Amino acid sequence: MSSHGITRADLQLVHLPRRRRVNRLMEGLATLAAAIAVAILVIVVWSVAKRGAGALNLDLITKGPVPFAFGPVKQGLANAFAGSFVLVGLATLMALPVGILVAVYLIEFAPPAIRTAVSLVLDVLNGVPAIVIGIFVFGLIVVGRGQSGWAGAFALACLMLPLVARATMEVLVLVPNSLREASLALGVPRWRTTLSIVLPQTIGGVLTGTVLAVARVAGETAPLLFTSSIVGTQTSWSPFHALQSIPVAIFELSESPDPQDHARAWAAALVLLLFILFTSLAARWLATRSRRKLAASR
Amino acid sequence: MSSAELTPEAARRPFSGRRVRFGDLVLQVVAGAAAAGATALVGLITWKVVEGARPALSEYGLAFVTRIAWNPVTDHELYGAGSFLIGTAITSLLALLLAAPLAIGIALYLTELAPRFLRGPVTALVETLAAVPSVVIGLWGILVLGPLLRDHVEPALHSALGFIPLFGAPSQSGSSIFTAIVVLAIMILPIVSSISRELFLGVPPELKEGALALGTTRWEMVRGVMFPYARGGVAAALILGLGRAIGEAIAVTQVIGGGVFIHWNLFSGGDTLASKIAASYQGATSKLQVGSLIYLALILLVFSLVMNFAAQRIVRRVGRSLGQGARA
Repeated sequence: MSSHGITRADLQLVHLPRRRRVNRLMEGLATLAAAIAVAILVIVVWSVAKRGAGALNLDLITKGPVPFAFGPVKQGLANAFAGSFVLVGLATLMALPVGILVAVYLIEFAPPAIRTAVSLVLDVLNGVPAIVIGIFVFGLIVVGRGQSGWAGAFALACLMLPLVARATMEVLVLVPNSLREASLALGVPRWRTTLSIVLPQTIGGVLTGTVLAVARVAGETAPLLFTSSIVGTQTSWSPFHALQSIPVAIFELSESPDPQDHARAWAAALVLLLFILFTSLAARWLATRSRRKLAASR
Repeated sequence: MSSAELTPEAARRPFSGRRVRFGDLVLQVVAGAAAAGATALVGLITWKVVEGARPALSEYGLAFVTRIAWNPVTDHELYGAGSFLIGTAITSLLALLLAAPLAIGIALYLTELAPRFLRGPVTALVETLAAVPSVVIGLWGILVLGPLLRDHVEPALHSALGFIPLFGAPSQSGSSIFTAIVVLAIMILPIVSSISRELFLGVPPELKEGALALGTTRWEMVRGVMFPYARGGVAAALILGLGRAIGEAIAVTQVIGGGVFIHWNLFSGGDTLASKIAASYQGATSKLQVGSLIYLALILLVFSLVMNFAAQRIVRRVGRSLGQGARA
């Protein structure tokens, strides 16, 4: 503390005007920093809304892109919307049960040392760059078999797993022990206590975590570049071949020199952003609701 | 954040002496297998990336890491990570330099200055910035921010500070290392600020009140009490932010312009490790080139593992001495 500590000289009243000025300056700078952050968000969202709204129409969602079209007939990104739906849906189906089981093991069964170690591993997994996850799935699945929706969904699931597991752990520890004890005292076996008494208490929190994870991976491009990006213009729902997705479509269109492509990229970005903002808000609402409920039951 | 102290151990195994039930065993084994699988995943990632990089690893060894070259022409193939390492270091460190004071300022505003009715909404807005996908930030970066920086900011910096080689001639297209730095700073801002905010919230009020009662101004209290108290945690937040900046591929690929980095001008193109990988997703053909790209991913993976362990260690150490503070 010595180097930062408050010295006696600091507190002498002679310096008061200067100290007040420094204080006011620092308060001003901190306020300015917050204003800048909010301004950046507003500018980004406004840019996307302004440019995206003009190009947004039903064709974007219902019609596929026209191959090799120049000029105004490029139509929509139906293939990307369908692909994103399948990819994120499959990823959720893979990550959700595994994530919940990991959390159940760590909180309900594991000795403290293992819980600490595996939690650390989950944090590390969460920190692996998304592009590296993409390269990993490329090496694991794509090499030899080619790109597929399964590969893309698995890459997204790798990103979701630590998020879901962490969120489930956080609500599992909030479940009061008296509930577990009451159930066990009635002679209910531990596995049934866990599955039908403890887990149902956590639905709200798990749902919040899942919704946030979905919002996060719905916008992920990097894991899909090497696993599910080389696609045609056909709209497809089958994960057995590569699927287009909204983020990859935005990425490709943003690199194009054609303003028509930029317009479609903005429109897709607007839809993606609205989806993410809406799901984040829903998650926030779910979180406060479930926390209140758990707190009440405590 | 840390979970070592998550549960009281009481009531966890209330009847440890009794017979094992079949159902308990099944659930424990299945859940344990899931946990083991999640752990094994990190090992599998490492193994697969090393395996994929093997052609380049055996061809170049460690010389790859520092060599500045990326030549895919058949029969003249030569690859190295040197220029991408420089690009990664410059973009991520300068982005952190730009974002850190802003993020700490935001956290101070949100914990100490903001009127109560603004705290919730502003916190939510800053966190929303973290939820904007990188591809959308990149789209905005390439079409809005890049041209703006090219037309207004880069010429101004060039004429004022042009004697420093970093501030060379403004870019033609708006895609430049400088644009990438600004985009990365925007992306790590909410991460660092939200962790710092939690740390500042965890400073015990009696310490703050004690300082204020001694007659300090609010800033003196922040400098003398809050900063020393939260120092370790803020360091961890900065490391996590840096890790995020190093690993970000998409937004950087969109705005950085590409190129092998052999100049010091921030206003021209370059590449980072992550952006080089992302930019090559369709182009790589030869075995050696694919291996070299995966070698870049391996370097990235090593970085991220080291930084995450470092940050977690700090968080855990700080968390232990702060008790519940860091998680408030």
